[in-house]
Amino acid sequence: MASVFRFSRSINRDTRLVSIQFENQVIEAREGETIAAALLANGIDFTRKTPVNGQARAPFCMVGTCFECLMEVDQIPNLQACMIEVQEGMVVGRMYGPRNPDDDT
Amino acid sequence: MESEFAIVGGGILGISIAWGLQRIGRDVMVIDEGDFAFRASRGNFGLVWVQGKGDGLPDYTRWTLRSASLWPDFADELEDTTGIKLELSQPGGIDFCLSNDEAENAVARLSGIRDSLSIDYPFEYIENTELRKLTPEIGPDVVGGTYCPKDGHVNPLYLLRALYTDFQSRGGRVVNGVSVDKIKQENSGFRLSGGVEMFAQKVVLCAGLGNRKLGEMVGLNVPVEPNRGQIMICERVIPFMRYPSVQIRQVGEGAVQIGDSKENVGFDDRTSPEVISRIARRAIKIYPLLSHLRTIRTWAALRVMSPDGFPIYQQSDAHPGAYVVTCHSGITLAAIHALVLTRWIGGEDQPKNLESFSGKRFSI
Ligand SMILES: Cc1cc2nc3c(=O)[nH]c(=O)nc-3n(C[C@H](O)[C@H](O)[C@H](O)COP(=O)(O)OP(=O)(O)OC[C@H]3O[C@@H](n4cnc5c(N)ncnc54)[C@H](O)[C@@H]3O)c2cc1C
Ligand code: FES
Repeated sequence: MASVFRFSRSINRDTRLVSIQFENQVIEAREGETIAAALLANGIDFTRKTPVNGQARAPFCMVGTCFECLMEVDQIPNLQACMIEVQEGMVVGRMYGPRNPDDDT
Repeated sequence: MESEFAIVGGGILGISIAWGLQRIGRDVMVIDEGDFAFRASRGNFGLVWVQGKGDGLPDYTRWTLRSASLWPDFADELEDTTGIKLELSQPGGIDFCLSNDEAENAVARLSGIRDSLSIDYPFEYIENTELRKLTPEIGPDVVGGTYCPKDGHVNPLYLLRALYTDFQSRGGRVVNGVSVDKIKQENSGFRLSGGVEMFAQKVVLCAGLGNRKLGEMVGLNVPVEPNRGQIMICERVIPFMRYPSVQIRQVGEGAVQIGDSKENVGFDDRTSPEVISRIARRAIKIYPLLSHLRTIRTWAALRVMSPDGFPIYQQSDAHPGAYVVTCHSGITLAAIHALVLTRWIGGEDQPKNLESFSGKRFSI
């Protein structure tokens, strides 16, 4: 089945383009937008797998409430991708399951 | 609206009693005030806890032990009928001691309880080095801990949901958003009002902190007071904590829950940064790796406390057919409330030594 997944930026802001790295891809983002917004605008349809039952999940509320958007950002796990603005060179990855409590990050 | 039993209050006590009465063939309706009420059942810690319970009332220790032993079958039955997993686990629990004084007090208290009983009361004090074998992540500030093999924990919200699901799917009625403000005995029962009129042959007050006022309407003295507890939740991590404790537990889905504060601040259910940082510091001393974790949420809830901390179960002398059922530790006691106490309220048989829990102990 063809994916009907599509998000586009409702405001075409004229901000600078920045590149972030997401799982071996380079993603073009607009300065001032969040990681979650940039990924959705680039057709990324899931951003983590939940530790509860392994389902794929994606950003949902976009305002910091639901915790569906947890990702690893510059090696720090479980960060809310909808609450962090993109920065040039940022490295972003999906969370697969729970983090290890031993990681001191 | 009419039924044989009206349960006033739809927290864990109300729904445990309603479910248990329905299970023995009674016709029951639950009346609940709604989301603006104080609701301990939605904000508690989720322990099924034996250790330390009943200091000063051996019958309460026995009651708690019995509920803990009823829990596995109770959970199985609910999971089978509803498909909702309750995350019950009873591997034993640890109360951590961070100083020699704390350790001495804990051991003295538990030994006192053991000596007051004629039945087996298992617990042991374990020092840091040995305790590390049970739970390797503890820090050097932990002097030791008391371990009781009967302790455990459960997801209290799934418990509520399962009881409601099963009760309603068998035809039990739930009246939401109604605050009962009047109860009047009539020839054959009780008329309850609160915007709507309801009638029941018998009424059971399970209204938590609301029981004090409701009790007066049917000749019951229920001197319960609020006691605030604050709780914090950290992000989900790989399971590492094998044993729950009164201070910290890792919930079934991986989040770490912290909190054992007690404050008498009246009807104020807000959190305060001082208390939250105090419980966080203590938790980090117990498990230093918690300092890596992010906090997701904090909240506070009000315990329903009687003057001695023990339950109140009583039928009114002045208005027979009116009962009150209230306690702290309503999660731990959910199994015995549902399976045993309802037999008394349903008129089948009365558990031994039930008078120990009468509210008459508070009258002078
Ligand atoms: C911070 C904290 C931690 C706890 N930890 C544990 C634990 O680990 N293990 C454990 O076993 N117990 C624990 N408890 C205790 C446990 O949560 C309570 O014993 C239990 O929830 C009490 O349930 P309840 O149904 O009596 O009260 P509530 O949950 O307060 O419910 C009372 C209900 O009555 C309704 N009501 C009140 N007045 C009226 C009225 N006039 N008309 C209609 N409805 C009315 C309200 O809407 C409410 O829903 C904890 C409690 C707190 C606060
Ligand atoms: S999308 Fe809901 S918290 Fe980020």
